Amino acid sequence: MTDWLFDGVLVSLLLALAIASIFTKHLFNSIMLYIAFGLLLAITWARLGAVDLALAEAAIGAGITGVLLLSAYAQSNSDNDQLQKRQMPWLAFAFLILILIWLIQAVWSLAGHSTTLIDLSQQALPESGVSHPTTAVLLNFRAWDTLLELGVLLLAFLGARQLAIQPYKLPTSWPLLTVWSQILAPIIVVVGGYILWRGTSAPGGAFQAGALLAAGAILLRLTQIIPPLSWHSLWLRGLVLMGVSLFILVAAATAFWGDAWLQYPLAFNGLLIFSIEIAATLSIAATLTWLVVGERRTLHP
Amino acid sequence: MTAIQLYLCLGVSLWVLGSLGLLLAKNFIRRIININISGNGVFMVMVALASREETIDPVLQALVVTGLVVAVCATAFALRLSVAYAQSKQVSER
Amino acid sequence: MIEWLSFVVISAGVFFFIAGTVGLIRFPDAYSRLHAITKADTLGLGLVIFGLIMQADSLRNVIVMLSIWLLMMASAATACQLLARYQQQSDKEMQRDD
Repeated sequence: MTDWLFDGVLVSLLLALAIASIFTKHLFNSIMLYIAFGLLLAITWARLGAVDLALAEAAIGAGITGVLLLSAYAQSNSDNDQLQKRQMPWLAFAFLILILIWLIQAVWSLAGHSTTLIDLSQQALPESGVSHPTTAVLLNFRAWDTLLELGVLLLAFLGARQLAIQPYKLPTSWPLLTVWSQILAPIIVVVGGYILWRGTSAPGGAFQAGALLAAGAILLRLTQIIPPLSWHSLWLRGLVLMGVSLFILVAAATAFWGDAWLQYPLAFNGLLIFSIEIAATLSIAATLTWLVVGERRTLHP
Repeated sequence: MTAIQLYLCLGVSLWVLGSLGLLLAKNFIRRIININISGNGVFMVMVALASREETIDPVLQALVVTGLVVAVCATAFALRLSVAYAQSKQVSER
Repeated sequence: MIEWLSFVVISAGVFFFIAGTVGLIRFPDAYSRLHAITKADTLGLGLVIFGLIMQADSLRNVIVMLSIWLLMMASAATACQLLARYQQQSDKEMQRDD
């Protein structure tokens, strides 16, 4: 009974927030509603047993995406931000309703199916070098995915770097906020390190820790405690490139001396996974931070 | 109807809602928000499928963790593009 | 006995949350809304956590819950002051324009 009450409230809140965020009149309200939607989504992941995801969503979905949307809103200072009332495309509407019915039918029966992947991953877990299944999948069984994902991160970074954007003036920071960020920063570093270290045996890992560290760095940058991040600084370059390069190095080494690409030798797999995770965490943190508060050059000097 | 089916339906509905919003919206930032809502619907279907049995499927969950980071990267790049477009339009109008 | 006490305390916390939400919706301007919502944040969350601490089974959980409460209070206080300051600035600008 209480389960149903909780599920019902959660589902209706999510639907209401999504509808409101899509159809509300002002863009600013839409962004705010989307941030609230992201927070509720984190609770939903926890409800569905995906604690890893809940951790990542709370930092990425609600935190970083929110800052990104708000700063894009401030920079594009669009005066016509109201939802233009287009004529409702009734044909498209009917088509989407049909697709909705079809998709619900398609997923309805999926709930009863079972996969062999769970048993396979459980069997291989002792050989993976870590004891948390999700981390084992991310960094051992399907390490290619993670390598390519770090590649996507790098591509987004390079793409965003090519676009010159007019800088916006950060307001002078206010003492209470500065002090609170200074207290919060070490706590965030400790919690991020803990989540990374914990990832080998319990929910947590490189992505969650990286997102958390990025959120802390963004806070410090927005309160102007740390200087602007410039691509000319070798530190930033090293941090951004570290994850991909260490990963590729390990992949090449395992291909050269070992059995196959990213097939870790059994004796070292725990150590290799952990060092890749540390490098990936720092890369993810640096890249996400730059994507949100990176250097901005004037458009037409 | 089990809880898993409820969340599966919610995921599908979110995807359809996001697509509808994508059709209706003209503002770039709005469109990016709507694409994100669609993407979250897909994630929800995957997470609901991951927890349909007693032991949770780690492969699907790991795919969603990967997807989340890719989604935020794509969002950041798309927002950069939209801001650059809006600013260049303002400059050319002046 | 202790379960009943904890139930009462958590209910009191939930009451403060509901009262804060009603205030957020019904109050006319930003300052009074902030007043309402910060009461809910600090007192409501505090009572809920206090009620949960009564039922906690280990010292570790108690410490974790207490630190969550402390972090939430400090963040809420900072955020509330920021919002109020922003509102004050925009009020001043409005007056200047008039």
